[in-house]
Amino acid sequence: MSGPVDGSVVHLVGAISLIQRFPALAGVDLEVRTGEIVLLRGPNGAGKSTLLRLCAGLAPLSNGVGSVLGHDLTVREQRRRVRRETGLLAHQTFLYDDLTVEENLRFWAAANRVDEGTIEPVLDRLALAGRLRDVKIAGLSAGQRRRASLAVMVSRRPKLWLLDEPHAGLDQAGRDFVDDLVKHAVGFGATVMIASHDVHRATDLATRTVTVAGGLVEDEGQDPPEDRADRSAASEHINPDGTDPDSTDPDGADPDATGPDGPGPGGEADSDSTEQEGDRDAS
Amino acid sequence: MLHDALLMAGKDLRIERGSRVVLGQILPFGALVLILFGLAISPDLTVLGTDRRSVLAQVSPGLFWMAVLFSALQALNRSFAVEAADGNLDGLKMAGLDPAGIFLGKAGTVTAQLLVLEILLGAGAFLIYGAPLDSVILLVVTVLFATTSITSAGTLYAALGSGLRVRDTLVPLLVLPVLAPVLLAATLATDAAVFGPAGDGWSWALLLAVFALLYVGIGMLAFGPIMEET
Repeated sequence: MSGPVDGSVVHLVGAISLIQRFPALAGVDLEVRTGEIVLLRGPNGAGKSTLLRLCAGLAPLSNGVGSVLGHDLTVREQRRRVRRETGLLAHQTFLYDDLTVEENLRFWAAANRVDEGTIEPVLDRLALAGRLRDVKIAGLSAGQRRRASLAVMVSRRPKLWLLDEPHAGLDQAGRDFVDDLVKHAVGFGATVMIASHDVHRATDLATRTVTVAGGLVEDEGQDPPEDRADRSAASEHINPDGTDPDSTDPDGADPDATGPDGPGPGGEADSDSTEQEGDRDAS
Repeated sequence: MLHDALLMAGKDLRIERGSRVVLGQILPFGALVLILFGLAISPDLTVLGTDRRSVLAQVSPGLFWMAVLFSALQALNRSFAVEAADGNLDGLKMAGLDPAGIFLGKAGTVTAQLLVLEILLGAGAFLIYGAPLDSVILLVVTVLFATTSITSAGTLYAALGSGLRVRDTLVPLLVLPVLAPVLLAATLATDAAVFGPAGDGWSWALLLAVFALLYVGIGMLAFGPIMEET
């Protein structure tokens, strides 16, 4: 069995992950390198989410070889390091319903040992800085929850982004914004793995496509190199949290900044926008 | 560890401030249990050949701790329901918080909530059951150690059940047998503190202190492996 190659972020050989005795992953071989955007596609129950959770250090590596960001997944202490260095956007939001958006962000920032100064730029960037800031998570729509969850993940500045259906529940502007964030993160040196059923959008975004079925990686597709070069050029000079490194603000936060491709989700940086009013769940 | 414990406790208290579940639901539940015990055992009922205290007054320490225990189960269930609700336990794992800190934070919050509840229930017990008070110091020591025992053992088992769909029914089944010795010691120590002589209760209070130390120690050591399995 070969070890991880230089620049390897995810290295799996014959990886088996048992979830309540069921082999959710049944011998996965996968190599992901720094700066790649890998799309995982496959039918429901194929093992895409488990593969992401394995790479996040949450699902067990029951058998086989596995390392993420150079940490061995079979060693408990190293798996903990993997968790700290990766960001997982899962079906679950990892947010507390009875806390407001800001309280959630502040709690998770403290838990993740993130500088509190990063909270405001992230709130601004994800259009959560206005009225939504003081709204409890229970009072948000599915799309707004997704944005809040994304805000927590972005504020961690992970090296490996693991996105499970990142476009689900988002409107057009929100989906475009997620794509921008991913490109920005890669431009800053992060690596991204996306599980998505939104194949057209995700394929455009990805540098490589991997098909997962029956707990196995069945085949891999490679995008033309010129496409990847174009995407790399588009994502240069951007921080992973979406802020502009050339900004004069020491925190990297420019309240007026709306990114190279337009404003944040909803079309407005101000969260009092009409889109957000409309996005708000009636309940 | 202390940072993580305070962080978790602060978060849980903010959640309670926003939801008022303990204050609005668990406290009334505990009061209701006390009142129902009072209705089930008539205040006028006495037993011939014993002292002149009514049966209700004689059993009031046990009834008080039963009410506390039932309320504690509710509070512990609530404490871990918020973590299981939207995958937050995974979020805590991803953050790399010290499991012992998480344990201390969650157990500490429930302890603080139970202490408030016990003060109010204790006042209610004096009113409903007409119990006197012989030794305040023994009562305070008993309450502190018994509550710490209940919350630390309860936090451990609540964490164990948090990932299960049957946690609401399973956790009481696991916790109550473990807490039976605590209930016995707390009842006897409280009986001595309330009716005297207080000297008889200190040995039970000491036993409660041992329980508290034991359960806190086990909780700090075992919480990490339990979190990994949930």
